[in-house]
Amino acid sequence: MLIRALHDEGVEMIYGYPGGAVLHIYDAIFNQDKVEHILVRHEQAATHAADGYARATGRPGVVLVTSGPGATNAVTGIATAFMDSIPMIVISGQVESSLIGSDGFQETDMVGISRPVVKHSFMVQNPEDIPMVVKKAFYIATTGRPGPVVIDIPKDVTDPKRKFPYSYPESVKLRSYSVPAKGHTGQIKKAVEILLAAKRPVLYTGGGVVQGEGSALLTELAKTLGYPVTNTLMGLGAYPGTDKHFLGMLGMHGTYEANMAMHFSDVVLGIGVRFDDRVTNAVSKFCPGAKILHVDIDPASISKTVPADVPIVGSVTSVLEEMLELIKSSETKVDRKALDLWWKQIEGWREKDCLKVTPAENDVIKPQQVIQCLYDITGGDAYVSSDVGQHQMFAAQYYKFDKPRRWINSGGLGTMGFGFPAAMGVQFAFPGAVSVCVTGEGSFQMNLQELATCLQYQLPIKIVCLNNQALGMVKQWQDMQYGGRYSHSTYSESLPDFVKLVEAYGHVGIKIEKFSDLKTKMEEAFALKDRLVFIDVMVDPMEHVYPMSIKGGAMKDMILSKTERT
Amino acid sequence: MRHIISILLENEPGALSRVVGLFSQRNYNIESLTVAPTDDHTLSRLTITTIGDDRKIEQITKHLNKLVDVVKLVDLTEGAHIERELMLIKVKATGAQRDEVKRTADIFRGQVVDVTSTIYSIQLVGTSAKLDAFLAAISGVTILEVARTGVSGISRGEKVLSV
Ligand SMILES: Cc1ncc(C[n+]2csc(CCOP(=O)(O)OP(=O)(O)O)c2C)c(N)n1
Ligand SMILES: [Mg+2]
Repeated sequence: MLIRALHDEGVEMIYGYPGGAVLHIYDAIFNQDKVEHILVRHEQAATHAADGYARATGRPGVVLVTSGPGATNAVTGIATAFMDSIPMIVISGQVESSLIGSDGFQETDMVGISRPVVKHSFMVQNPEDIPMVVKKAFYIATTGRPGPVVIDIPKDVTDPKRKFPYSYPESVKLRSYSVPAKGHTGQIKKAVEILLAAKRPVLYTGGGVVQGEGSALLTELAKTLGYPVTNTLMGLGAYPGTDKHFLGMLGMHGTYEANMAMHFSDVVLGIGVRFDDRVTNAVSKFCPGAKILHVDIDPASISKTVPADVPIVGSVTSVLEEMLELIKSSETKVDRKALDLWWKQIEGWREKDCLKVTPAENDVIKPQQVIQCLYDITGGDAYVSSDVGQHQMFAAQYYKFDKPRRWINSGGLGTMGFGFPAAMGVQFAFPGAVSVCVTGEGSFQMNLQELATCLQYQLPIKIVCLNNQALGMVKQWQDMQYGGRYSHSTYSESLPDFVKLVEAYGHVGIKIEKFSDLKTKMEEAFALKDRLVFIDVMVDPMEHVYPMSIKGGAMKDMILSKTERT
Repeated sequence: MRHIISILLENEPGALSRVVGLFSQRNYNIESLTVAPTDDHTLSRLTITTIGDDRKIEQITKHLNKLVDVVKLVDLTEGAHIERELMLIKVKATGAQRDEVKRTADIFRGQVVDVTSTIYSIQLVGTSAKLDAFLAAISGVTILEVARTGVSGISRGEKVLSV
């Protein structure tokens, strides 16, 4: 019944791992061929794979795990999806209803454990409730600000002996849950007036634009106005990364020009962003001269950290459409003179060329060069899933995403071990696409068991490992704030031979140690179109990610290199 | 500032824990909390008193509204309202103090609801401030036990909280 309901909901694929409490469900899976089940090797990977699938497609990812350890293993992935507002359904088995509360074998209170990191959760009491609960769960997970929903099902509820007349509900109505649709027209008018009167405007856009399918409208808005755009880490691809109006990413490791433009702006239009501390730096010093216009579907996101002068609650597409219409019909026109001056100032900042890569000596590879090479080889058109660390920031800075849903990373929770399984979800969603995982030797070791899953399902993922023989991001902070005392962040003497490791799993491994080999060997790897290839690139271990904002400062306060700051 | 937030909540398992969890998760404090089903048994009414500036209270109400189980809520302190709390208090009542306690209870319109030769159990209803004042007034007496329900409240006049 559960599987039938999933099928009726349009689910084509679920990621899972069996166990006692879900055996009835697994038997139902065995007896059908409509919903494909993907067997992962760890429940955390199931959630990240479903998450990657959801980020790449916009459709909810579905996970099935057993009770107890199966459920707790899924929690990290649920929290990851929650922080980035990703639609996901996690079905967890539970011990029989009669055993709940008795510390039964493999019992954990999944609804309780997951509570702070889900949008909502259900405990199914009766078999006949399954269709309605599934319908509600998908509705809640995918509408408004999306998020993960847990469905906890005691084993007796899925017992095939308990039959009931099945019908899948066509629609749901929840009196206690409403989705804000259109923004308040008066507020939108006010925002447009301020926007058109701006002399130093910036469009600051984020993951909400990607999730809300607002990229095309955002691009139209920016082009109509001629205003500069900056994206958050979550928003990369929401606006074309190669466009001249694009200032690059903003925030802690954002570009000089993006952060300077934000700081000196007079109007900031935030769309689908949440004024996260990694963006704003010290809130008290944030954009001192700017009026803040904030569009978001979640009212609780607005004025949470930075008070908005004009708050607009609504879906990105409806608000942007209304804004565009108002702009086109408005008497007031953009102040071209002021805008020209503003662009001149921005060009001045751009000249600093803050992402310029100075080649190393002795044929040593700089991590940034690897991403540049990856960009060239894939024509900028790959799906890039990333883990967490320096390599993530290099990927975000140097791979210029022109399309939304191509950049897949754990921005909010920063979960190491996310990238590889997420790249699997992407590859499952788009078997013909180039699915790349940019990782570090640290992060990769947090979910490498999935090499087996990739063998089973023949996933030709390309794993680009920026191997700096250290927990590089931790080490960077220790360099900058702890006098270079590398407490438990290096392990160069105990690294595995990754080439042999992936070969043991039946895949191809390539090690690159010299810059002069980088291009040819990378090309070689990407030419193996139907194989998983692990590319172990030994990079300069002393490299830092720059620019980097100075803690406690304003957005304009940045460290630009080991020797230069603003 | 102290605020009284009244919530209509789906009468479902786990709903209360979501509300309480939200407060601890986001570091909001709960001064008191009362909850019971309403005349409509699918709904519970929950009243929380909390302390915070306007921005904090705005965040609290926004986050509460986001909970799927929360059907409606009102910040009673935004308008004229009635608040009540019930207190049961057990005190030693012997000798001269026996009369003294009774008199004070009368002044506060409390009722003695149980009595032994040495003990009074008193019931008192009113605003939290009134209950506090009563406790202060009998500070010379040995208090054995205090049970307070926490604040419940409704708006004055035509304004109602309903679905
Ligand atoms: C699960 C988890 N544990 C710890 C951290 C803290 N952390 C952030 S970056 C990082 C280092 C990552 O090392 P690696 O994957 O090799 O990437 P690098 O920074 O070296 O490129 C650590 C430990 C984290 N983000 N996630
Ligand atoms: Mg590393």
